[in-house]
Amino acid sequence: MQRIERENPWRAREDRLRELLLAGLSGDSRRYQAFLEELSKHLRAFLRKRLPSLPDEVEDLVQEALLAIHNQRHTYDQRQPLSAWVHAIARYKLVDFLRRRAVHDLPNEALDAADEIFTTADADAAEARRDLHKLLDELPDRHRLPIIHTRLDGHSVEEAARLTGMSVSAVKIGVHRGLKALAEKIRGTR
Amino acid sequence: MKTDELIRLLATGADAVDTHAAERRLAGAVGYGAVGALLLMFALLGVRADLAQAVSSPSFWLKTGFVAGVLAASTFAAWRLARPGARLAGVPAALAAPLAVIWAFAAYAVLGADPAQRADLVLGATWRWCPWLIALLSLPAFVAAMRAMQGLAPTRPRLAGAAAGLLAGATGALVYCLHCPESAPPFIGLWYVVGMLVPALAGAALGERLLRW
Repeated sequence: MQRIERENPWRAREDRLRELLLAGLSGDSRRYQAFLEELSKHLRAFLRKRLPSLPDEVEDLVQEALLAIHNQRHTYDQRQPLSAWVHAIARYKLVDFLRRRAVHDLPNEALDAADEIFTTADADAAEARRDLHKLLDELPDRHRLPIIHTRLDGHSVEEAARLTGMSVSAVKIGVHRGLKALAEKIRGTR
Repeated sequence: MKTDELIRLLATGADAVDTHAAERRLAGAVGYGAVGALLLMFALLGVRADLAQAVSSPSFWLKTGFVAGVLAASTFAAWRLARPGARLAGVPAALAAPLAVIWAFAAYAVLGADPAQRADLVLGATWRWCPWLIALLSLPAFVAAMRAMQGLAPTRPRLAGAAAGLLAGATGALVYCLHCPESAPPFIGLWYVVGMLVPALAGAALGERLLRW
């Protein structure tokens, strides 16, 4: 029985994604990137299907969900199916988005199938309408500079510390808090 | 920013994370909350004078055990509610278990008592302020538990707020056991529950506002 279940294509996909995430959680950033890349396709398909009347908003929401998943990645419990965790976050962000947009015709049944998240994928990324660069520019220096130096310009944490005059731990905290602040900004600017 | 660029931004240099953050944060909330409640109790109320004798009576341990049971169950509930997609199976039963025990003892005590004394069993000498003192002592844990929850990812903010509030209420009540002179199960089963529900309701009311992410 177990074996038959494992041969399900989406089950295998979930297993592989889970391995990539677990590697990422223990500090393997290359495999973590592969996880996010794969995941973004599933999120896109999931959200596109649920926002048929708002196709232009899908990519913004994909980005918002990716940022949420990154910021809350410490809440994934290894004993828990990855699909349940991802689905709950994607659903939460979708409902939050619809509530902010005051969309009331919420297709509830369609939201509740956690298994479904890895059955569909969509690699066709549209242009995001909201520019995260602009939101990033609005962050205070203690958040913005660590993110720009270590995440966009490819400097190491030590180099970023030297460039900004901040301590190494302040740079790390700045990135962490800055990405949370970015998520807050996204919620606030809708 | 393109999505691929965002992904590179998120993944570049992403360090290892503590996958037991939920346990650590909630345990920290109980710990800080208990210390805060102890300080408040010593400053405002003091320990009951007969504590040394009280600890040798079973009724003291029934009361303390009941509150500890609520604390364990609410911590379990908060832990589940702090993680997206975690199953809530077992949470209602865990919360009901300590209540069922104290209410069974309470029913036994009330039914076995002389009808004229039943009111005393339920009201004790301190029912007027007991729930409010428990709510007061739970304040430090309330702040700590809500902050812990904010660092996690509750997808049901109202329930998560209620669980964090109940955790705080149980922490406050546990410390209040050192001051409180009451020991009758009917009293505990009513006024302690009311006292712990005050922060739980406050948490539910504030959850929607404080626990969004």
